[in-house]
Amino acid sequence: MNYHWNWNVFFQTIPSGDETYLAWIIHGLGWTVSISLAAWVIALVLGSVMGTLRTVPNTGLRLIGHAWVEFFRNVPLLMQLFIWFFVVPEMLPRDWGMWVKQDMPAKEFITAFVALGLFTSARVAEQVRAGIQALPRGQRNAGLAIGFTQAQTYRYVILPMAFRIIIPPLTSEFMNAFKNSGVAYTVGVWELIFVSRQMVEETGGQVIESLIVPTVLYILCAYAANQLMAVIDRRAHVPGFIVAK
Amino acid sequence: MIQIQNVSKWYGQFQVLTDCTTSIAKGEVVVVCGPSGSGKSTLIKCVNGLEPVQQGKIIVDGIQVNDPATNLPKLRSHVGMVFQHFELFPHMSIIQNLAIGQVKVLGRSQDEANERGMKLLDRVGIKSHANKFPGELSGGQQQRVAIARALSMDPICMLFDEPTSALDPEMISEVLDVMVDLAHEGMTMMVVTHEMGFARKVAHRVVFMDQGKIVEDASKDEFFGQPRSDRAQQFLSKILNH
Repeated sequence: MNYHWNWNVFFQTIPSGDETYLAWIIHGLGWTVSISLAAWVIALVLGSVMGTLRTVPNTGLRLIGHAWVEFFRNVPLLMQLFIWFFVVPEMLPRDWGMWVKQDMPAKEFITAFVALGLFTSARVAEQVRAGIQALPRGQRNAGLAIGFTQAQTYRYVILPMAFRIIIPPLTSEFMNAFKNSGVAYTVGVWELIFVSRQMVEETGGQVIESLIVPTVLYILCAYAANQLMAVIDRRAHVPGFIVAK
Repeated sequence: MIQIQNVSKWYGQFQVLTDCTTSIAKGEVVVVCGPSGSGKSTLIKCVNGLEPVQQGKIIVDGIQVNDPATNLPKLRSHVGMVFQHFELFPHMSIIQNLAIGQVKVLGRSQDEANERGMKLLDRVGIKSHANKFPGELSGGQQQRVAIARALSMDPICMLFDEPTSALDPEMISEVLDVMVDLAHEGMTMMVVTHEMGFARKVAHRVVFMDQGKIVEDASKDEFFGQPRSDRAQQFLSKILNH
């Protein structure tokens, strides 16, 4: 391979001259982590609600959960991001639309994490539903039989066990949130992929360095997410309860 | 205490209960038996509204269970139920299993609930395991905890849905002993079971079901002496031969 390695490229200043590429990458990492964590909060909250709705006795509520999952699961993530960014502002009342397009602070960032959060929520919802349905049916009856309402039965009986069961797939989903956050570069968030592409263009040929460092950072993020979930898994362990993994 | 009046129930096109009528008086112990698929488990789940019925009336303590206006959680909190597969809450310790209903449904304080829970655990012989988790107990122990959990709500009657069917033979008697004590204390009990020894010992009446119908509803002596229906005679001859 006839490649001229130059790791010093990270200590060169960017064209505007106010910081090094390394500092820029660290900022990029900050945006990547921010988008991913904010999206994960949305995904976990809405996914839990929608996944639960898919299992309640009320048909109307079940339909809402079902429609939610089918919409956010069946449209490509990139397309969803474009819809939120380009289409939704046009459909708002005129004044609101203008505000979103011109004055909304950090609109690229907010649009990106909302889009990623909603997309991921559909996947989380499916896992929550699967977790609930994996429990013995008698558990719900046992909760109801001691006088719990449906809501209390979910709160005290069903969800605590359902979430424990789905920690492994939720771990993958949490890691996916980091990896999928890369789409944000298409609407102009200066996250890792954005920075990496800029570096490829501006440094005149240091392609491998420009791609390797962000790649390693993605690996570290996903691995950190994985380890965090492993800690939660151990803490949530129920003595004597065996789940097939 | 419990009145079941002309109850019919369908799963789609399939009729699981046909015009069932019986009643259980205060302090009475009624054993419901019959071949599998006869609808006995379904019937007992209708008594506290875990399964809806399409026709007829079920009245518990003067309150109609299948009336949409009935506050089912409130009614169920007074009706203890024990399941075939125990259904303890696996993520809670044994004492938490007994306390949570008392705290969240009856509004007792945590201390009060724990104290009542410990008394009941002592009674079913599980006191030393109070801080263990359900998965660490044997089936028989779990079922005794389940009975204690139901009792912790101070029920006016108890429903047992095949409480010993999932147990190893050795553990059946420890659970039946608890149930026999309960019966002797005058608890109103509806018990779906194949344990004819238990029926002989404490039941006042035996209800025999087949294909969703109540075929025989007789006093214990009548039932074991000379059942009127051929189907019950057949059933008895099969299970008592062993």
